[in-house]
Amino acid sequence: MGGGQANATRQESVSCAPYAAVVTSEELVIRARGLTKAYGDFVAVDGIDFDVRRGESFGLLGPNGAGKSTTMRMIGGTLGRTAGELSVVGLDPETQGPQVRAHLGVVPQQDNLDDDLKVRENLIMYGRYFGLPRSYLVPKSAELLEFAQLTDKASARVDDLSGGMKRRLTIARGLVNEPEVLLLDEPTTGLDPQARHTLWDRLFRLKEAGVTLIVTTHFMDEAEQLCDRLIVIDKGTIMAEGSPAQLIRQYSTREVLELRFGSQRNAQVVAQLEGLAERIEVLPDRILLYSADGEATLERVSGAGLHPVTSLVRRSSLEDVFLRLTGRTLVD
Amino acid sequence: MTDIDVSRLAASGRAGEPTELAGRARRFGVWYYAETSLRSMRAYLWTVVAVGVGQPLFYLVALGVGLGALVSANGQTVDGVSYLVFVAPAVMVATIVAAASGELTYPVMAGFRWRRTYYGPAATPVTPAQISLGHLLAVTLRFVAQAIVFWLFMLAFGATSSPWSWLTVPIAALSAVAFGAPLQAYAATLKRDGMAFNFVQRFIVMPMMLFSGTYFPLSTMPTYLQWIGWISPVWHGTQLARWASYGLREPAWLVVVHVLVLVTMAVVGAALSCRFYTRRLTR
Ligand SMILES: Nc1ncnc2c1ncn2[C@@H]1O[C@H](COP(=O)(O)OP(=O)(O)OP(=O)(O)O)[C@@H](O)[C@H]1O
Ligand SMILES: [Mg+2]
Repeated sequence: MGGGQANATRQESVSCAPYAAVVTSEELVIRARGLTKAYGDFVAVDGIDFDVRRGESFGLLGPNGAGKSTTMRMIGGTLGRTAGELSVVGLDPETQGPQVRAHLGVVPQQDNLDDDLKVRENLIMYGRYFGLPRSYLVPKSAELLEFAQLTDKASARVDDLSGGMKRRLTIARGLVNEPEVLLLDEPTTGLDPQARHTLWDRLFRLKEAGVTLIVTTHFMDEAEQLCDRLIVIDKGTIMAEGSPAQLIRQYSTREVLELRFGSQRNAQVVAQLEGLAERIEVLPDRILLYSADGEATLERVSGAGLHPVTSLVRRSSLEDVFLRLTGRTLVD
Repeated sequence: MTDIDVSRLAASGRAGEPTELAGRARRFGVWYYAETSLRSMRAYLWTVVAVGVGQPLFYLVALGVGLGALVSANGQTVDGVSYLVFVAPAVMVATIVAAASGELTYPVMAGFRWRRTYYGPAATPVTPAQISLGHLLAVTLRFVAQAIVFWLFMLAFGATSSPWSWLTVPIAALSAVAFGAPLQAYAATLKRDGMAFNFVQRFIVMPMMLFSGTYFPLSTMPTYLQWIGWISPVWHGTQLARWASYGLREPAWLVVVHVLVLVTMAVVGAALSCRFYTRRLTR
């Protein structure tokens, strides 16, 4: 009698997987609808909608003041929302904060390590807040120190760590409860290039192990490296959404030709460049020509008798997407 | 660089179910934060020890052997007991309340502003109210320890006579919480720097210490100054401590009033503090 039912369930799951067109709420780790935060009269996050699926790496890309940290804090329930719906692991972070946070690892933008405690103690005491026993925390803290490449600093004072080391310790601390969802607010700020790449690699492997990552950044290379899917936000609203490749395809051309004529001449030559590329952006120090083939465009520029001081052909990046969407550069 | 097993790090399954973790944090969160707070006290452990041992020694010698000898040489007793017996329980309460004015001002400001140490636990299942109560619990434990040391010195100096004198320990700690909890709530509302604490020190702590009947009975003061004692946790605590330490004849109803005043201040202070911590850490 039970067999028929089991069969039906199996058929259903077969028909859905692996090309699931409909995302069930089971698979949604975060669901935001009309999410809004106002500080007094100022609206920092203005009615945004987004979903994050289990196991994906989701990015919030935007310039300073876009509302990224505000959104992250609402997800962790450490900031109340003004309006809208928000569900995190199926719960409301505002009313069920502790339950939600038991699922999360939080890496805040600003390190808030306890500098009265030693490096290892920071991990252990933080784990205590999750009700984790010492028998779990002692071996765990050793693994986390290994992850953060701080094993030899275990008994150092936090004050004696460099900025980048503190950052790595904060990230390791966020993993102490083996969270299903890791919130990373500008994780690589203050890290040197090598530490950044090591971290990207490790975060990627965390994702492979099933951890859902939510990353804010204003570095487009970071977004391109880390995020399966991202939203571009500016002034509290979503400008675009998609995978890095999709966004570049949709909002930019394949290649970009960057020309510098010297700051005085840039403005003068623009008129002559009209029509040579699909789209032209004039920045204070350079002119960007968008086209499928940058070299060909450069030839046409020379053919028109223009000789830039420097020229560079490169692939489009999220920076170009952002410029297109907002008319501004992401990082000056 | 030796490589690490990230999947073991991410989901070894050893941590336990999030619901279970949240449940433990709900039950024991106050204690978890108190543990951190106690550990941070190690940074000024020697000050705590020096104050805890030095103060009773200093006061009992100065007041008992010095000033007390002077008072007794005139053939006088205060309230029917020697000056040392009269003053010791009062100084005990006053010094421990004074410790509260240090513990629940600058460290609170540091937690919110200078070192932001409250923000780490606020992102875990521990709630802001538990952080507030945990901090209060930790300093209360310090007050208890300090009171025990003081009481032992009182025993050694023969400054107490009643078998109930041990009650001065919880009385002194309660007095410190009665003053400290509202102060903690106030500190949690301060946005800028600690200048306000100078004001608290000069215009609240100082008069409170002078006009709470510590060195002479409140009744010897003019009535227009006595009200300071009536609203002062130091006075209520002092009267209770004297009652426990040498059997000060206090009417039963007044003993109840002393306890009620102290408990009310502590509870209201702690409740306000929970509310202000919650507001500040979720904004
Ligand atoms: N507590 C606050 N009170 C008032 N305004 C605030 C507060 N926190 C943030 N804001 C404002 O909200 C806006 C969004 O801030 P938010 O910190 O979310 O930006 P962000 O995208 O994280 O920027 P950044 O890249 O600089 O970290 C900013 O204009 C900021 O000034
Ligand atoms: Mg931010």
